Formats: sequence, C-alpha cells, structure tokens
Amino acid sequence: MPRRHDLRSIALIGSGPIVIGQACEFDYAGCQALKVLREDGYRTIVVNSNPATIMTDPGFADRTYLEPLDVEGVADVLARERPDALLPTMGGQTALNLARELAQAGVLADLGVELIGAPLDVIARAEDRELFRDAVQSVGLRVPSSRIVTGIDQLAGLHTPAVVRPAFTLGGHGGGFVEGSEQLRRQVEIGLAESPIHQVLVEESVRGWDEFELEVVRDRNDNVVIVCSIENIDPMGVHTGDSVTVAPQMTLSDYAYQELRDAAAAVVRAVGVECGGSNIQFARNRDTGELRVIEMNPRVSRSSALASKATGYPIAKVAAKLAVGYTLDEIPNDLTGTTPASFEPTLDYVVVKFPRFAFEKFPGADRTLGTQMKSVGEAMGIGRTFLEAFRKAHRSRELDTG
Amino acid sequence: MTGFLALEDGTVFRGQSVAAEGFAVGEAVFTTAMTGYQEIVTDPSFSDQLVCFTAPMVGNYGVADGRSESATVHARAVVMREARGPAWTDWLHERGIVALTGVDTRSLVLKLRDAGAMRAVAVTGSSSADQAVTVARAQAPMAGRPLATTVSTPVPYIYSDVGRARIAVVDYGCKRSILRRLAGAGAAVTVFPHDVASDELLRYDGVLLSNGPGDPEPLVDAIAVVRELLGRVPILGICLGHQLLGLAAGHATYKLPFGHRGANHPVVDRATSRVLVTAQNHGFAVAPSEAREATHVSLYDGTVEGLAFPSERAHSVQFHPEAGPGPHDAWPLIDRWVEGVAYAEAA
Repeated sequence: MPRRHDLRSIALIGSGPIVIGQACEFDYAGCQALKVLREDGYRTIVVNSNPATIMTDPGFADRTYLEPLDVEGVADVLARERPDALLPTMGGQTALNLARELAQAGVLADLGVELIGAPLDVIARAEDRELFRDAVQSVGLRVPSSRIVTGIDQLAGLHTPAVVRPAFTLGGHGGGFVEGSEQLRRQVEIGLAESPIHQVLVEESVRGWDEFELEVVRDRNDNVVIVCSIENIDPMGVHTGDSVTVAPQMTLSDYAYQELRDAAAAVVRAVGVECGGSNIQFARNRDTGELRVIEMNPRVSRSSALASKATGYPIAKVAAKLAVGYTLDEIPNDLTGTTPASFEPTLDYVVVKFPRFAFEKFPGADRTLGTQMKSVGEAMGIGRTFLEAFRKAHRSRELDTG
Repeated sequence: MTGFLALEDGTVFRGQSVAAEGFAVGEAVFTTAMTGYQEIVTDPSFSDQLVCFTAPMVGNYGVADGRSESATVHARAVVMREARGPAWTDWLHERGIVALTGVDTRSLVLKLRDAGAMRAVAVTGSSSADQAVTVARAQAPMAGRPLATTVSTPVPYIYSDVGRARIAVVDYGCKRSILRRLAGAGAAVTVFPHDVASDELLRYDGVLLSNGPGDPEPLVDAIAVVRELLGRVPILGICLGHQLLGLAAGHATYKLPFGHRGANHPVVDRATSRVLVTAQNHGFAVAPSEAREATHVSLYDGTVEGLAFPSERAHSVQFHPEAGPGPHDAWPLIDRWVEGVAYAEAA
C-alpha cells in the first residue's frame, strides 16, 4: 500500500520539558518523524513548549510553535494551521495524554483532524487498566490480578504485598510497592492525588519475577515485527528506567523467547495498534514459566530509543511512515539498503544500559529503588561480549574520579 | 587448549577449544539465530557442516532433553564468539563435538558472506595450519552431495498412531519439531526412510517431504518418487522437501552463496502480501521464478520460498513452519494442511 494521499499536512506534538522519566529520546523521535514526513511531501507543523529541543530548530518543520502543551495551546495551533492529521506517538506520554484530551474535548472532531499512529480507542485500551486487562485476556494472556481504586474508602479486601499504580502519570510517579495496610493506604492517597483522573490500580505483586520488554512494530497489513528484546537485570519491582538492561535478551531458551514473541504480537493485535511502534513489558517467573503482561505503550518510548540505538532499526522513522499508510515491506531498511523494514534485527553484539543516579543533588530523597523512576539519565555500552558491554556502560556513567 | 578454524582459501581463525579434542571436517556456514543453539546443532540439516553462531553468547540457558531436534548432534563443529558453560560445553564434549570459543566470528561471517560458504576444518591443539587447509581442500564440495541418504531413518516407524488424518513422513533428515507439530495438529504420523517406494506412501492420506541436508539434485530416486506421488496424494514439502517437489515439477535448484540460516528471514506470501518472519536453514534453493505456483518469495534475495500446485494438491515451503528454533508465525501452515487432508478424507 502506498502512502496516504488524502492527508496533506500533519501536526506533531513534542514531549515538552525534559524531566526525570522522559528526556531527549522523544526529541530524537520527533526529529526523525518530521524528517521522513517532509521527505514524503507532507506539510509539517510541530508544537512543543521546550525551545531547547532540536525539533524546534528552524528548518525541521514547515511551521514551529513554542506553545504550552495543554488543550488550549494546542487547540489554538490546530485551529490556525488546520492540519489534516495529528501524530501523537512521538512525544511520549505527554503528547499521548494531550491527544486524548483534545479528542475528548471535541477539538479534533470540530477541526476535522484525524489522529494517526494511535487512534483514541487504542490509547484508551493501552492506558485504561480495565480495558487493557480485557484486551489481554481476550487473547488468552494474563495481567497481574488487580483492582481499580478511585477512593480511599475502597481498600477493604486488598492484599499486600501489592503495587500501587496511578493512571496516566509519567515514570510511574505517585506509585510504589507497598507492604502492610498502613503503607497501602498512604500510597493510594498519594497516587490518587497524582493521577489526573484520580484513579489508581492496586495489583498483585510480581516483585522478583524476571522483566522483559519487546519492541514491536505493526503495519496496516497486520505484519508484525519484533525489533528487539530487552532483558532487565534488576527484576520486577525496580522501574525499567532504573534497571540495568540488556539487549538482546540472553537467558531465555528459544521456546520461552518465542512464547514472549507470540504474546507480544497477540497483545499488539488485541489492543489494536494498527500502524506504528509499541513497547510491551512482561514479567516472567523463572521457576514456573508463568507470564504476566505488565504494560504496553502504543508509542515511541524510552525503550524504543534504546532499541533503536541497540539494533540500528530506526523505530521512530518507520513508525512515522507506517502512520501515513506505508507497509513494512515497502519501507527500505536503512542498514542494508537492499532489504525492507519487515525483518527482525539479529545482533552479534550485546548492548547494556546502565542508569545514572544523582541522589547527591537530592539530599532528602529516598534512595530505595522501586516502581517510580529515580535515575536522571543513562549510559549505553556496546560490546562483543556481555562483560565488555557491561563495563563500558558502567564506566560511561562518569561517576568515578580520574 | 587452543584451536583454530582453517578455511579452504587459507584463512585461519584462532580460538580456544571448549569441548572434544580432535578435528572436524565440513562446510563452514553461519546462522544468525540468537536462540536455540541446542536445536540447531541437533538439526540433521546441519550434517557435515561447521556451524558458526553470530550470536554473541551461546550456552547461557544450558541444555534440556526435550530441545534436541534429533537423537544426535549433526553439526561437525561449533564456532562461537563466547561459549558459556559448563552445561552446554560439557554436553558438546560428551558427544565428541569440536567446539571453539573466542573466535572472531564477525570477521569469519563477513568472509563467508563475501566469498560464500567454504570447505573448512576445525582443529584443536597445535596442528599445522597448512596441513589443515590441505585437508579442507581435499573434501568434496557440498554441491553434488546426497547427504539426506546418510541421516534418514533405516526403517519405518510409527511416531503417533491415532489421529484424524494418516500422514506419511519421508525422512530425509526430519526434525522432531515437524513430527511434533503434525501430531499436535491431530495427525497419525508414520515415518519412512528416504528410499521408500511410492506405492507404500500412496496408502496414506497425505505425504510430508521432510527437511534434510545436502544437495537435492543428486537425489534422483527421491525426485522420481515425488513425481509418481504428484496428483495422487496430498503433498507438503518442507525445506529439502520443497526443493524435491520443485525439481519434480520442473523447477531448477542451485546452491546459494552462503545460504539462509537464521530465525529472522522475511518471506512474503504473494497472495496476501503478508510478511512472515521465518526460521530458515538451507544452502540450496529453488531458482527465482515468476510462475504463478511460486507462492512465497524471500524478501532478501527473491528465491522461491513456497510452491503450490493446487490441482495436484501439492505445496511446499522452503522455510521451517515448525520453527524449532525460530518464530511461530508459520505454525498454522502445518495445522491447516493436516486439517485440509483430514477434511478431504472425510468428504
């Protein structure tokens, strides 16, 4: 299928300020997307509140707006520019949340702007815990058993240890692992306050299980490709952003890995991501082989940035092309130049990501790692052996003097 | 102990020996699969080959009985950047396999990719490299070798005796995963030697031509049998079985420069434009063809990855729908075939 000709101009939402939990990876993704959309002849409009990004440099988009990333600000831009479509999957959770709000406020419908990359129902199914659970269960997989709590009076019957996860927050902000009813109560209170929709999830703890992530792309022909597998050395219970992670996964047998691969493809189809990249996190019990689907991001994520760098597969670029109608077999593979993007990269090297903490800047902060991300950056090491990659990443944090 | 791999062009790659002592002669090939090392070395299609893994670490998750694709190790030697033991290396050692670690596999693979798969010798200890190169050159090239005859079962046997369809498998070096998937799809499976007569096979509801090692062209008796079966019984060919069906139907086969071995090969299904990510392991292929019966095509080099002759009820795939190791994208292919055979029988 060739690209869509019914679209002429496309607006892209950036990710706003660089904060802990989201950083320059989304700037990179946005730049890639703008570049390929322009190459394809689309008129591009970018909205971002952060002028320190590359994507807002002159020349990256046809129109650049430095406006607050809220409904009012972006609605204003859309009304002025009247783009045919809005691409919200490059600007992290900020952009995805904003797109959802714009759709729900009726702005997109009023202006005739189509959400591409991730339609509203897909965003909802990936973000809303209940809808996500239903989607996952519909393909015979499981999420950790859980209950949604919208008020502090709904805690009766919940068991600990458990994990409290507020809905629609960045980097797991306001959530955490709890043991005992008093801790549960306190964390739920915090989570409710942090969540923009005052909703938290209290779920079965899979702390200590192995944690894996798969980067998946799917096109409108239902071709699914697993770009990269990522294994967390720190088990479930430590936020991925704070974990030492390894790509490709190195400890699963072929059958166990293929089970994950099948599950990832099934989840992407169930949630309904039709064209774009997604990141899916799994918990796996090493003793029993039990699998739980933890979460899915229907967008370019922190891990896709890592997967892109680790494999050379340009996820953001491919995702942008898929969003405007190309299929994977039509997109050339940048690495080989002669083969299409519908292949799964295979590595003869190991990639290790090490988090960089800066607790010295936050003297009062609790240094215990949990489900809320606390690292302020990361370093990546590439090596022909695990040890080489691990040491390179470890040293690149630049914590050692001399 | 040190060791090395000597190629017929005189190149020598040095490493350390981590399994049996001695030397192993064969064709040096590489696989890009990142998982499934035990399945790979026990796959009969790797007979008389020295397998180089591009995966950076091999052996991390040990070995397990259920993972082997046959009763023995068929690869002659294993060449790795970093072997992880002791389970994996001990397992190779017990089976008398020469295995090298610490080899610059990246250079080796680039060499094989540029110059093609080569005759080679893997040697442990401090033998003379010149002598090893001479030995490598002395062996017969892979093209022209009917290796399937050396790995086939000597006698017929029943793999599973109940099912909705009775399937005969011709064993040219059949992987266990194929038998497992057939039985899983509800077939009663009987396995026959490579030289089975067509009369024997025609008594079954369907015939599966298995994978296997070596060159399909010299297997003239097997090709004749397939020709006799065509149109008289439903046929599914896999890998070497696909090449035999192709030859029987008048297509040509040829030796690929460095083969397709890995778990990430994209294949397009021409009818639906869907792309399957497939497990592959073949050094020979059916030549590119625009003919309608060429149903699947490799997105890497245009080789024919699937053939279909609907009026003869025969079709085949070059890739491995049974996986083992590799992605399960094409699993339904075997299920659908068994279902179709059972349906035709019931009708």
